Amino acid sequence: MENNKVLETIGLTKYFYDPVKFKVLTSIDLSIDHGEFVSIVGKSGCGKSTLLYLLSTMDTDYEGQILIHNELVTGKSDKILAQIRNENIGFVFQFHYLLIEYNVLKNVMLPGMKLAKYTEQELEHRALEHLKVLGMEDHALKMPNQLSGGEKQRVAIARALINDPLIIMGDEPTGNLDKRNSDMVFDIFRELTIEKKQTLLIVTHDNDFANKTNRIITMEDGRIIS
Amino acid sequence: MNFKLIVNIALHLLQARLKQTIVAAIGVTFSIAMFIALVSFMNGLNKLLDGLMLNRTPHVRLYNDIKPSEHQPITLAEAYKKSTNFIRSIKPKDIGKSIYNSKAIIANLKNDPRIIDVAPKITSPVFFNSGTIEISRVINGIDVLSEEKIFKISEYIIEGKVTSLLQNNSIILGKGLANKMLLVVGDIIKVTSPNGHLTSLKIVGISQMGISDIDDVMSYTSLGTAQKILGEPTNYITDIQIQLYDKTIALELAKEFRRKFNLDAIDYQTVNAQFETGSKIRNIISYAVGIVLLIVAGFGIYNILNMMIYEKMDSIAILKATGFSGNDVKWIFISLSLVIGLVGGIFGLLFGFVFSSIIDVIPFRTTSLPTITTYPIYYDSIFYVIGIVFALFTTTIAGYFPASKASKVDPVEIIRGK
Repeated sequence: MENNKVLETIGLTKYFYDPVKFKVLTSIDLSIDHGEFVSIVGKSGCGKSTLLYLLSTMDTDYEGQILIHNELVTGKSDKILAQIRNENIGFVFQFHYLLIEYNVLKNVMLPGMKLAKYTEQELEHRALEHLKVLGMEDHALKMPNQLSGGEKQRVAIARALINDPLIIMGDEPTGNLDKRNSDMVFDIFRELTIEKKQTLLIVTHDNDFANKTNRIITMEDGRIIS
Repeated sequence: MNFKLIVNIALHLLQARLKQTIVAAIGVTFSIAMFIALVSFMNGLNKLLDGLMLNRTPHVRLYNDIKPSEHQPITLAEAYKKSTNFIRSIKPKDIGKSIYNSKAIIANLKNDPRIIDVAPKITSPVFFNSGTIEISRVINGIDVLSEEKIFKISEYIIEGKVTSLLQNNSIILGKGLANKMLLVVGDIIKVTSPNGHLTSLKIVGISQMGISDIDDVMSYTSLGTAQKILGEPTNYITDIQIQLYDKTIALELAKEFRRKFNLDAIDYQTVNAQFETGSKIRNIISYAVGIVLLIVAGFGIYNILNMMIYEKMDSIAILKATGFSGNDVKWIFISLSLVIGLVGGIFGLLFGFVFSSIIDVIPFRTTSLPTITTYPIYYDSIFYVIGIVFALFTTTIAGYFPASKASKVDPVEIIRGK
């Protein structure tokens, strides 16, 4: 591989049409290398979350190009994009989005079952490993509604890790958590970058959080200013 | 696509909404059960009504009809062989009702492997003398044993025994006829044949078929007695009734016998064409009601799935974010609907069978149908196949629209909305 880029954007521009046509992102050129721990900060409405959802491949309505692992994903079909997300991207949102019908272990395993790279036994083993690293192995058979907010977020992180993604994207992953739990989530992220060379891209408005990351991207009015 | 996983997710979603799921499935169960019970009942009724006529009609009947000669003299004239000849004012010819060489024909038919049995018969109008008045009715001279074998005539005898006809000079009267003449079993009745012979017969039984037009005019006696009343020799027979193993070939066999024996032949379908029409319409009604019930159940499923999709927006969003495509989500909801349809449908078949069995034992007595004691039910596995296919079809359609809606949910909108 000629370079180490996990994610690259070329001239990314995005409009909102409702209620009037409005340019949210203007010609964003960005690249993230393997193993980087990047945070995106900026004022509310600067387009940082919008940028994240474009990069996540879930929002496909934009101009410009997005490359994941040096491969163009712009214009790919819904099915292929879903597969790319399944294989390459792990998500942690502000809200945990655990399926209340499944226990913790199954929630973690679900993206892996979709990928079907491992047998169910292997997958279960891997899920337990991830839960162990996050200190959640005792809760593996509990239902999500029996967990606290911080615990739920740790399960969500385990779920993001299950398919060994190229990059983990976070949209305000600490937004709903108190200081203690926020610090814990940050520590988990930092350990992942150090120990597993995990690439992370986190949108946050928490400056304390951002200041501790390797690289800070600051946005204002749809542009990257630093 | 990983169907095992998709069905697994669908089942978990169902479990979370068990009550609603059960209500939806009960809707399907109820409509399928009703459909099965209704169709079985309607078909039972059809078979009963058809049986009234069809069981009394031989599959093929051979007789001599009154009709014009097929070969008129002009067709024999050499000069007009190639012309189209129009002949006006032809009159029918009566070659006599007696079947010529009947014994040989019956012997031949009895050896035919397609034929269960052959019953010779004499039908003739006669006068029953009741005091000073004469009542014109029909007498049937039957071969008691063959007739019993083919038509189970004893089922319609409400007084006396059919085998009593084997005695000389005995007669069984239709109930309407007996009532009219105020006669009971054991009385003697005088019968006059069309050519003036007067015979005294002893009444040994009363028959009732349930069709008053027939019960008013019919009477049975043995072949020998009928020949004696009419003053005919022992080879005199007017009809040969044939019962077949496979009644669907009746039409072809009628044609074959017509040529072979140079007699008129008619099959049961031609005789009873109007009954087929009635059966068909009753079938249409029962299927229409069944389909309407299923459509109603379909709407129930549609509503519940729609509601479930609104409730499960978060789950749909995260499934999509973690790599499930729109198509996968669609299949999750379609399989959800299919599970409801399958479970509801299977219980529906079960309850349908139970309902049919219950109807089958409800007493139903009517003086016009002496052989019927309970409501008629016809069991046929094809109803159950149609039922389950209907159930799966409607639930799939009902699930498809909410499922496509779920597949189009934009995860970004849901996740950013929080």
